[in-house]
Amino acid sequence: MGSLAPVAMSATTFAGSAQFAVASILSAGGTVAAAVLAAVLLNGRYVPMGFAAARAFEGGPLRRLLESQFVVDEAWALSNRGGRRFDRRLLVGAGLLLYVAWVGGTALGVVAGSALGDPEALGLDAAFPALFLALLVSQLRSRTGAAAALLGAALALALVPIAPAGVPVIAATAATLVGLARPFPKRDAEAHGARSAPPEARTAEPRPAARHEASDRTTTSPHPGDPASPAPDPARSASPREGP
Amino acid sequence: MTTVWLVVALVGLATVAIKASGPVLAADRRLPGPLGRVVDLLAPAVLAALVATQAFGDGKAVVIDERAAGIAVAGVAVALRAPILVVVAAAAATTALLRL
Repeated sequence: MGSLAPVAMSATTFAGSAQFAVASILSAGGTVAAAVLAAVLLNGRYVPMGFAAARAFEGGPLRRLLESQFVVDEAWALSNRGGRRFDRRLLVGAGLLLYVAWVGGTALGVVAGSALGDPEALGLDAAFPALFLALLVSQLRSRTGAAAALLGAALALALVPIAPAGVPVIAATAATLVGLARPFPKRDAEAHGARSAPPEARTAEPRPAARHEASDRTTTSPHPGDPASPAPDPARSASPREGP
Repeated sequence: MTTVWLVVALVGLATVAIKASGPVLAADRRLPGPLGRVVDLLAPAVLAALVATQAFGDGKAVVIDERAAGIAVAGVAVALRAPILVVVAAAAATTALLRL
């Protein structure tokens, strides 16, 4: 990405997961549109987070706009006092501190990063998915969220062999449609892409466990691409590495 | 280079707008029900897709290599409520050791 662009991006975007996604999509040969769309979709979470914390901000639109830029996952989670109550000083203060460290750290990485040597020998290509996994788990607060995560991972993995770089992650957002099915039994969430099968669709093998909660069945979906589970599923080896 | 800067500018502008939307537009409002539920699920879906593609994607192939072991260790660390830095370091260290 050159040396100035990453620092400029840290200063203007200040959202790690989106920045890492852009970097990995661009370095994998993805298009501008795929990179921007992935970043926008990733940062889409700041819409509900911003609405949730909206009351914590004070003053006119300009001040609200400026202070809202310091909202990041960590500061948001740290300052949440339950429900929609937020500690404004902690939200903006922690965000400001993180901002300085983030931009400074990016600059340091650009200057001294090459001294690290081969990123793959250091396992740094596993660091990003591990970071995303930790962020993901910190955001999973419902069975519907877990269902969306499972389905999103499965969709993305299924598209890797056939779609251009970056597209699998974007297509995974279709998994959010399980949110629409909330009031109904969601057996259908197990089917790829299906989102509104009738309740009588549950005809498969009966499970002994309690079935009183509608969303219970969704989280037991058999998708192999389960990022929340540390054990790699053997089904993935169905696609062996292809030689160059 | 210009491609990179174009992406940086577009993503920066979009992020400013996204982050400001709630605090500027709504002092005390929520997204309407169905839309709110879908938007709530954006982060889990996208993050999970990133985990899956970066842990198991290799170009156009889906593979299990040293990264998978790193992510497995990261999963254990997350389950043990380790700090994020420890999770990331454990994943990188595991992967690096297996590549020696």
